[in-house]
Amino acid sequence: MESKTGTWTEKKGLAQMLKGGVIMDVVNAEQARIAEEAGACAVMALERVPADIRADGGVARMSDPEMILKIMDAVSIPVMAKCRIGHFVEAQILESLGVDYIDESEVLTPADEEHHILKHNFKVPFVCGCRNIGEAMRRIGEGAAMMRTKGEAGTGDVVEAVRHARSVMGSIRQLQTMGDEELMAFAKNNGAPYELVKETKTLGRMPVVNFAAGGVATPADAALMMQLGVDGVFVGSGIFKSGDPAKRAAAIVKSVTHYQDASILAEVSKNLGEAMVGRNTAQMPDGERLAVRGW
Amino acid sequence: MAKDSRYEVGKEDNLRVENRIQFLFSALYSLTMKIGVLALQGDFSEHISMLKKIGVETAEVRLPKNLDGLDGLIIPGGESTTMGKLAVAYGLMEPLQQFGKSHAIWGTCAGAIFLSKDIGRDQPLLGLMDIKVQRNAFGRQVDSFETDLEIDELMKATGTEYPYHAVFIRAPIIESVHGNAKVLCALEDGRIVAAQEGRLLATSFHPELTGDMRFHEYFVSLAK
Repeated sequence: MESKTGTWTEKKGLAQMLKGGVIMDVVNAEQARIAEEAGACAVMALERVPADIRADGGVARMSDPEMILKIMDAVSIPVMAKCRIGHFVEAQILESLGVDYIDESEVLTPADEEHHILKHNFKVPFVCGCRNIGEAMRRIGEGAAMMRTKGEAGTGDVVEAVRHARSVMGSIRQLQTMGDEELMAFAKNNGAPYELVKETKTLGRMPVVNFAAGGVATPADAALMMQLGVDGVFVGSGIFKSGDPAKRAAAIVKSVTHYQDASILAEVSKNLGEAMVGRNTAQMPDGERLAVRGW
Repeated sequence: MAKDSRYEVGKEDNLRVENRIQFLFSALYSLTMKIGVLALQGDFSEHISMLKKIGVETAEVRLPKNLDGLDGLIIPGGESTTMGKLAVAYGLMEPLQQFGKSHAIWGTCAGAIFLSKDIGRDQPLLGLMDIKVQRNAFGRQVDSFETDLEIDELMKATGTEYPYHAVFIRAPIIESVHGNAKVLCALEDGRIVAAQEGRLLATSFHPELTGDMRFHEYFVSLAK
């Protein structure tokens, strides 16, 4: 019996196991344990949450491998870590550590302003951000086995995540009603690989799992994204920048499972303490926007 | 002698055809059945689409009341810690344990962990199957693998002769089976990856990620 590792089925498959779950940003082993205890289906190990990256400015890079390894030791759930867009050596290092998923993330400072990583070259699966169907298809074309909306990380403002989810879902609905002869023009206009456009039309959904990310701060935000049609939710700064992280984390986990049950959503939204201090994205200068990173 | 062995082969073929026909009849019966899938977290929608393909009515189970009227239940892949915490929070542990005493339940990967009695660490378990399970037994995601399995019981029950292609993702192994639990399949090195105890079924791998319907058909036949 011959076995194969690092296959497309394996890479996509782990994302399928994360569906209906919440992936939480953590900066140390203690936060990772709080996240696991609250019911996170995975954690994202990084040195600074996006809200702090924004506040600190400067260049944001891959986290210290020592810190990632400590988090991997601390929890039994999958551990993800971020590398810079186009920085395939950071990705090689993360793969060698044995992280379960790599996020090629616009939250870090891009290392290449033209090219993303050729993710098919790796055994470890990748997740990437997208604002629209074209960006999603290009990333999947490069080998991303999971997608997420970009939203606007570190703001606590869900509006950009909604915009991106609506754009992607709207395009998928549009594809359903298109004739096959219209698909090449769709591919051209959206900068999307033709084969993936065809596959998306046939499936009636994105060919890989698609999560929401970037600005989710409350159980209601998480349920909103689920009702818009995403498969699960990333919460970055929203948990550990809030008044009572453990309680908020558990509440968001419940809100993603029971996203259609308003009475449960009301129950879990009670007495959560202070949400993270928000940052209105409408008033944000273009230079501070992270979502525009990625090509 | 030669004549006898030819006769034996013919007999075996007949038996296979008979099994296949019997199985298809039972599959027909399954059209009247309703199977739930625990939808707290994980790849429950993949199981639901497999069940729909074999013509079974389905339901998502998030709260105890969703168990009413079900003939069987699948606990999908996902994170067992997440499922356990949500099951405790919404009062599902006791109703699931009661359900398992009189109905078929099948756990895949995280579901197999959740069904087991012992995993050597502290997290909520249904304890319905007398098996000991080890989480993430093959390593991390880069060690996840696909392979072909010869599962005699499955091939016999479904009247088929080809191996089962199995997808393992950060998979657990069944360290040992006890009491009435029996091994359904082990890897060449002896590690157990599928077990059955009456109408309870546990697999380390994910039949819901393949196009092969046989495991779902087999489970539905147990749920009758």
